[in-house]
Amino acid sequence: MTSALGSAPTGRDDRRARPTPARAHRFRWARAAGTGWLYVLPALVMYAVFVLRPLVLTLQYSLYDWNGIGVARWVGLDNYLTVFTDSDLLKIIGNAIVLIVFFSFIPVALGLLVASMVRRITTGAFGTVVRTILFLPQVIPLVAAGIAWSWLLSSNGLVNQALRAVGLGGVARAWLGDFDTALPAVGVIGAWVLLGLCTILLVTGMSKIDPALYEAARLDGAGPVREFLAVTLPSLRQEIGVCLTVTIIAALASFDIVYISTSGGPGLQTTVPGLEIYRLAFSQRQVGLASALAVVLMLLVLACVLPIQRLSRGEKP
Amino acid sequence: MTELLTKFPRRRTVLLASLLAVGMTATACSAPGEDRSSTQKSDAAVKTELGTDPITLDMYAETGFPLAKALADEFSKQHSNVKFNIREDQFTVIVENAPRVMASDNSPDIIRLPTMVDLVKDDLLKNLDPYFTAYGWDKFPASQLMQLRVGENTRGTGSLYGMGLGYSVTGVFYNKKLASQIGMTQPPTTVAEFEELLAKAKTGGVQPIMQFNKNTAGINFPHQALQNQFGDPTQVADWIFQKPGATFDTPAALKATQTIQKWAQAGYFTKDANALDYAGMVGEFQKGNGLFMFNGDWESANLDKSMPGNVGFFLFPTESPGGKHVAMSAPNTFGVSAKAKNPDAAAYFLNWVHTNAKAREISVTVGGSSPGGPSDLPVPSAAPNTVLAETLKASQQLGAENGAVDFTANATGGIFAAAITPEMQKLIAGQQTPEGYVKAVQAEYQKELSR
Repeated sequence: MTSALGSAPTGRDDRRARPTPARAHRFRWARAAGTGWLYVLPALVMYAVFVLRPLVLTLQYSLYDWNGIGVARWVGLDNYLTVFTDSDLLKIIGNAIVLIVFFSFIPVALGLLVASMVRRITTGAFGTVVRTILFLPQVIPLVAAGIAWSWLLSSNGLVNQALRAVGLGGVARAWLGDFDTALPAVGVIGAWVLLGLCTILLVTGMSKIDPALYEAARLDGAGPVREFLAVTLPSLRQEIGVCLTVTIIAALASFDIVYISTSGGPGLQTTVPGLEIYRLAFSQRQVGLASALAVVLMLLVLACVLPIQRLSRGEKP
Repeated sequence: MTELLTKFPRRRTVLLASLLAVGMTATACSAPGEDRSSTQKSDAAVKTELGTDPITLDMYAETGFPLAKALADEFSKQHSNVKFNIREDQFTVIVENAPRVMASDNSPDIIRLPTMVDLVKDDLLKNLDPYFTAYGWDKFPASQLMQLRVGENTRGTGSLYGMGLGYSVTGVFYNKKLASQIGMTQPPTTVAEFEELLAKAKTGGVQPIMQFNKNTAGINFPHQALQNQFGDPTQVADWIFQKPGATFDTPAALKATQTIQKWAQAGYFTKDANALDYAGMVGEFQKGNGLFMFNGDWESANLDKSMPGNVGFFLFPTESPGGKHVAMSAPNTFGVSAKAKNPDAAAYFLNWVHTNAKAREISVTVGGSSPGGPSDLPVPSAAPNTVLAETLKASQQLGAENGAVDFTANATGGIFAAAITPEMQKLIAGQQTPEGYVKAVQAEYQKELSR
């Protein structure tokens, strides 16, 4: 990190120049800086064209009533007004917030539990097997995961077969097609996908904790729970921060799993902003409203994620 | 290090801001979109000769429906100077892509079309009126091409903008083995008889209707079948064609919705209908897990293969005995892009599809649908004792009774996804009332028309 930044034009020439304040040296530095810019130029161009430009365009589109082809009509903030007053769109944003519980809180909580259990077996062949199995859902494309889970959760799927086998046939239902269970069922798929990621991140974090801390805790008479609360949890602050950030973004910006497993149905029960943006833009051809919803979604993500970033950095300098 | 970390973000902000500013000035000066109203080329002279110069026709067709490719292959066989470059997508993907694909510089010559009104409004579709005159398509029954006409913001009248690669008919497929099991000896002739059969199946432990309702509302098929019978089908057609003053909030639509609600409560649809997609429905029906399936003749050839001799078809029965049959029937619409490089050859192909004997045969055997075309040309026959022969007969019967209507799902570009599908899912799950359903569909319709 330091070396990379050292060669980049970060304006540290004053410090470097201090021992030999010769003009020649300064000139050389300036030339080096120019070379540095040249190196990052391709990346910057890509970033500008594929990240910044679409961002600016989305902002611009959100102020128009436009079908994507014909002439656009300036409507100012009307699209935003629609986003905040249309009961369907508000419900859709609400769905995404409910998904945070499944995509984020559950994987992080379970991840902590699993990580503390497998912490001691992270080395050797068995450790590799455990890590691989846990990480597998992260490797599988979300579309494939969505298809597999819609089979599992279908009315004659494995989940219902298992329920019937143990005499719980009364509970069996088309989990993804039922108004009461569709959203939680989608949440379970997300939790399954993200649990592995959280666990691996947390296990890695745990492996960096100084064993002396545990020893000290044990000498002070701490049990496993106390040990977890006093040593593990505080030491994992940053990892938990990363987990929450990644998973909350996954929840709010979810698309693949929902599109494949339920297509947003039944009714609007599992429709999420990502899906609605896509539908509005491409099927209903309301590019302006779709863009406004996209901007609101981006702000929502930032509003959720920035405080977490701040908290997880916390007291560290 | 600390200094670096605090210093870097500030510089990054400056950098981002400057890049953003550049982006803003480069893009945000003018309103998005372009006015294409004057870009349409003159339609004055059209050629009805194919010539001998090599031509490559770009076609954008629908995945899973092999008819377009089969016709293209046969056409190339007969006209060696014409090659086809075919791109395929799912129909829903074509619906989403069509406007942008057709506005691009690589616009296809021939394209499978979703609803056409918006495309005509944006000047993306070629007006086929000159070809209509040049090829004498006035010899086709007028009703055949009616759905393909677009006027001032309405459909059904005005200029011709598309042709059908086959003309489909919908109705009810039934499993013959299960039918005889519940004592059904012949297709029902009235709605009441149909409902009796549903009840008999239910009490006999047979799943009465296998219908999908996930992704898109398959239960809209039986809903419209009922709606067509409970009132004047012209009302339905007017609403689909966006005639001024037309409404979905009619006694017929309400009664149809109440009937669907009743059927759902009686368990005539599967409990997991809202989680069942189209492919799943066809699969379950083929496995013998349902007595009836509302579907179209595009599935006939496939069903003849998967359940030979065990599947039948009937037009949805009438409300009173001896009444007029009405069924959703629509051309498998293909249009010519306004930006097509070979519009004359594309039109030649469309005319050939309707008039060439071999092409008409392919329409029936591969597409499973009536080939359309001039009324004096014979309709190729299908193998006897197949459901394909039954759907073809039904199609002719419907033509004779003049009972074809378009699908309500085609009324506007977004009505199916934005209203019919979610509201129908709610209705059969008991989360929406019949009154609420018709009002919600009409509200979305008005919202879209006001844009």
